[in-house]
Amino acid sequence: MILRLDQVACARGGRLLFANLDLTLGRGDAGVVTGPNGAGKSSLLRLCAGLLRPFEGRIETGSRALLGEQCALDGERALAAALAFWATLDGTRDRVEPALAAVDLLPLADVPVRLLSTGQRRRAGLARVVASGAALWLLDEPANGLDTASIARLEALVADHRAAGGAVLVATHLPLALPGGATIALGGAA
Amino acid sequence: MIALLLRDVRRAYAGGSPTLVVAFFLLVATLFPFAVGPDAALLARVGGGVVWAAALLAALLPVERLVAPDLEAGVIDQFAVRGHSLAAVAATRTLAHWLSFAPPLMAASVIAAALLGLPSRTLMLVELSLLLGTPGLAALAVATGALTAGLRGAGAVAGLVMLPLALPLLIFGAGAVESGSGALKLLAAASLLLVAGAPFAAGAAIRAGMD
Repeated sequence: MILRLDQVACARGGRLLFANLDLTLGRGDAGVVTGPNGAGKSSLLRLCAGLLRPFEGRIETGSRALLGEQCALDGERALAAALAFWATLDGTRDRVEPALAAVDLLPLADVPVRLLSTGQRRRAGLARVVASGAALWLLDEPANGLDTASIARLEALVADHRAAGGAVLVATHLPLALPGGATIALGGAA
Repeated sequence: MIALLLRDVRRAYAGGSPTLVVAFFLLVATLFPFAVGPDAALLARVGGGVVWAAALLAALLPVERLVAPDLEAGVIDQFAVRGHSLAAVAATRTLAHWLSFAPPLMAASVIAAALLGLPSRTLMLVELSLLLGTPGLAALAVATGALTAGLRGAGAVAGLVMLPLALPLLIFGAGAVESGSGALKLLAAASLLLVAGAPFAAGAAIRAGMD
């Protein structure tokens, strides 16, 4: 068991977004969170990341890595150095280079993060998640701004992570190939 | 946390905030002789208080940039995801902020003392009181930065939040320059209280802002 949600409800700004949500992700599992804008997809991921407290219910997770809206890398630092900062915290310094190679950013390792394009920054954020070595990946709209080749690379990375015994929870409105992934549809009732 | 400390200190110096603080501090210190007139005896008498008032105003400058940029960039989120306590993050930020603004300020005080014609004994007391008082100012600045992060016009609100809370530091700091050890002890006590309490307030403010 990597992630377990037990009867979880989420309220933001006095509005109930969803309630009675049960979800279990084990080794190799994937979950796809779908729903209209404002249904609570990002909130669900932030709940799982421990950034929000559930209004009701319980959440259990092991080690996790979050790809949010921002890539959380220092703009003025070189890409490899910015990633190494987080990798040092996670004790996975040696994974930075393979992660950069996996998202095809190795040629840009010495370029300051602020000069990267939207899609490149997204991939840099993904490299941070890949390098973290966490069992649970929480990806919030990971395909935003990515070209077709990068989306294929993202799908391959997720497949590799699952094959290695990890789990993924993805919030997306773009179709992503996640074979055997459970769909969590939010906002159906609203 | 050492990695975070090094990052914060490097960012502060690379961002030029120490230069700004020092320039503003010296500017305020030079304004006083213009305002009260070039009476050397008067300036030497009020000089300690002038240096402290200037230091307090200069400490306000970087407040807006202490927490808000990292909050916007998702950096603080990443610490929370990793299970780090936000109070520890705030305490580290406080130490980094102190390292980036207290030493330049204390160096600039030597120049300010020369501008105001302070005797060397007064300068020693000014430096000692700044050494004791600036950790409290740094802690207060980080807590204020956390409280006002994300607000429109955060800089102005930060001044309103921080200056009243910094009054004890100003009173005992300037008092120490006048009267010596008794006020120095009170200054150290006020500073210690802020250093011990403010990171928790900052952590709670950041956490509350996430909801």
